[in-house]
Amino acid sequence: MCQVVDVRQAVLARNDGLAETLRTELRARGTTMVNLLSSPGSGKTALLEVVLARATAEAVPAAAVTADLATENDAARLSRSGAPVKQVHTGGLCHLEAAQLRGHLEGWLPDDTRVLFIENVGNLVCPASYDLGETLRVALMSVTEGEDKPLKYPSAFGLANLVVLTKADLAEAVGFDEPAFLAAVRQVNPGVDVLRTSARTGLGVAALWERVLEVCDGGPVHRPPLAGHRDRAHSHPHTESADRHGVDAH
Amino acid sequence: MHELSIAIAVVEAVDELARRHDADAVDEVRLRVGELAGVEPDALDFAFEVAREGTLLSTARFTVERVAAVVRCAPCAVEFHPGTPPNLLCPQCDGGSVEVLAGRELELAGVGFPAPDHHDEEVTADVPGR
Repeated sequence: MCQVVDVRQAVLARNDGLAETLRTELRARGTTMVNLLSSPGSGKTALLEVVLARATAEAVPAAAVTADLATENDAARLSRSGAPVKQVHTGGLCHLEAAQLRGHLEGWLPDDTRVLFIENVGNLVCPASYDLGETLRVALMSVTEGEDKPLKYPSAFGLANLVVLTKADLAEAVGFDEPAFLAAVRQVNPGVDVLRTSARTGLGVAALWERVLEVCDGGPVHRPPLAGHRDRAHSHPHTESADRHGVDAH
Repeated sequence: MHELSIAIAVVEAVDELARRHDADAVDEVRLRVGELAGVEPDALDFAFEVAREGTLLSTARFTVERVAAVVRCAPCAVEFHPGTPPNLLCPQCDGGSVEVLAGRELELAGVGFPAPDHHDEEVTADVPGR
């Protein structure tokens, strides 16, 4: 004899709820969070170094949290920009979660921060499932990784508000098939913008920074079809509560 | 492997539900996982075995219902299955004005508790917001 409680509760409801809280808290103090997702070695840190240096040069208060399983290497690199940077060790976890991030921001994030960059753990699988409270989610990929990555990791690219191609200065050397890449992106995330960048030559950095500032100013954010359904699911009364709709004994 | 974090989230949610229902064990956990949720059910199954050790769920039956993806093209009013890897572009107009109707689910669908015969009423009464 067993009775089954009908639940209809999103498994990640707790994370998503905390992410929404964090998004609201940040909005109230004028901070916009940008979550950067990519595989290891795609050039997130190099690009962020250049972007943070630009923020400092333009006197726009920016900060960064960089997450890795180990080392302070990325924080040391990013700190040279002059922006406040915090290295987070995830304790073996392959992604950041909203609760953990919120804990790290408490008492650290300067009040006047306009843009908070999160350099997520290098991984195209796990971070895709976790909303951190960001307004802009950027999926990055380097030209050396192969143009079919968006098809192999559809959640990472499909849930992004913006896709950034990195190391574009190497595209020719590695025979990068850009039309195939753009087609792959479009297949999993129709309508998303793709920016070509190179931290080495500075290509696309101004465009990326402008896009970030636009979002900070309340500019439009691309809504991927995949994310749209998720948002709708959140507002569904069945998934809002952890409660039941019927008990059946069997 | 984020399936382990997800399995832990499942165990935590079920544990909370069990406490709310005053249940000291869990017989069954039913999950619904959409094919676009980015979660591999076999890996989740494995992770669940690890995550439930020493909890109220230690002997629970774990079942995962796969939910097929359905995408709708707004201009064409055509519904289609995006396939693997997913192709969200409309097969009729190649447009991207689409809506994902199903396939993103990652939800706890049902939880089974051992039920003493007199317990049904208590469980029903115990649930807030009813």
